[in-house]
Amino acid sequence: MAKATAKQVLFEPIFSNNPIALQILGICSALAVTTSLSVTLVMCIALTSVTALSNFFISIVRNQIPSSIRMIVQMVIIASLVIVVDQVLKAYAYSISKQLSVFVGLIITNCIVMGRAEAFAMQNPPHMSFLDGVGNGLGYSFILICVAVIRELFGAGKLFGIEILPLVSAGGWYQPNGLLLLPPSAFFIIGLIIWALRSWKKDQVEAAEFKMAPQSRAMKEAM
Amino acid sequence: MSAKKESVARTLTVALLVCLVCSVVVSAAAVALKPVQTTNKLQDKQRNILQIAGLFEPGVSVQEQFQQITPRLVDLRTGEFSDALDALTFDQQKASKDPAMSQQLDGEQDIASIRRRADYSTVYVVENPDGSIKTLILPIHGYGLWSTLYGFMALESDLKTVVGLGFYQHAETPGLGGEVDNPNWKAQWTGKVVFDESGEPAISVVKGGVDPSNPNAEHQVDALAGATLTSRGVENLVRFWLGEDGFGPFLEHLRAGEA
Repeated sequence: MAKATAKQVLFEPIFSNNPIALQILGICSALAVTTSLSVTLVMCIALTSVTALSNFFISIVRNQIPSSIRMIVQMVIIASLVIVVDQVLKAYAYSISKQLSVFVGLIITNCIVMGRAEAFAMQNPPHMSFLDGVGNGLGYSFILICVAVIRELFGAGKLFGIEILPLVSAGGWYQPNGLLLLPPSAFFIIGLIIWALRSWKKDQVEAAEFKMAPQSRAMKEAM
Repeated sequence: MSAKKESVARTLTVALLVCLVCSVVVSAAAVALKPVQTTNKLQDKQRNILQIAGLFEPGVSVQEQFQQITPRLVDLRTGEFSDALDALTFDQQKASKDPAMSQQLDGEQDIASIRRRADYSTVYVVENPDGSIKTLILPIHGYGLWSTLYGFMALESDLKTVVGLGFYQHAETPGLGGEVDNPNWKAQWTGKVVFDESGEPAISVVKGGVDPSNPNAEHQVDALAGATLTSRGVENLVRFWLGEDGFGPFLEHLRAGEA
């Protein structure tokens, strides 16, 4: 791998190497926390800071970690950071932390954090690792915010809890789409975003793993 | 270097150091943020009380709004107001575990599955200008499916019509039992009558919806879909706290005007 510049490390994960759209990591929380924009933003900030800081600290001690326990050391550092973030949220954003409930704790098992620690921070100096963490956090946030805007706007007619599209039930004209408030809709939206990204950047399209064989003669005759 | 890095002693040292540093960071954060978190929890509880009593106004500070509510301590053994302890700082959850402060409940008495009941409880009173009770807010708790549900029930001045009911702490399945937090479900409780003519607790959670033409409709609440045990738990805990081992004697005294 050629030496990447700081700018590349920071901005590549947003479009070219997005952790959700290209690497398909961190989908679980993307489904669960995107029903309203304010909750999503807090989750994005939490994840970005955990990824950046864990990358930073793991990178500092990367030369000291014996390879036999490296996963455990990474895990301990990530878990401690997540607990700290959770405590801070409980202190300064109590109602949002109640809505996020278990998902802050689940940042520990978010594949993006662990993936970046193992793939990038173990080989690169601290400041680059920090930027890589921020970049991947931003890539995650970019997708989550897109999904949350669509879900909250068309599912509840609001953004940040402020009414944008007046609902029929409140005397307006907009009939909300209830499906958008349920988790499956996030799957559809993420799928559409991936489709759009790959139509724009053709090099992200994966080679097909197999080809459908033409139907056999026996099948044709049977029909 | 690499041979040295992989040695057992080295591995143990690194593991120990990482754990030490991390535990210091985590405990420092927990201790430093504790006071702010405690105030948040208290405010959340107060906001819940206000919401259940139908008094909550968004945008006004919770502390200020809470001024209109007076916490009073009730001795559950005698069913009368008491000044034995400070109503504000009394912690019923803690007292329920302390043998000196609580009573063991027998199997038959214990329909809410709480095992021990504290001797005291803090109720919240909203008073009319003339000093009579406008709304009475009772703390209630009991076991659902996975967890103990802690909440409040607000009663009107007749002490049998519900103003509101809600839970501020539970760990029921999100989406099923967790729907006890659903505003639509909670709204059903408003206006229900929790005692029948003879003064016995009469509230039940029924399946399949409440038929308004049924003479008992005012005592019935629709159960939560997919959460039979949580719904049953809510019914039982409401019955328990209104019954003779709960606030029953206290409510009777209040009705007679001698609490």
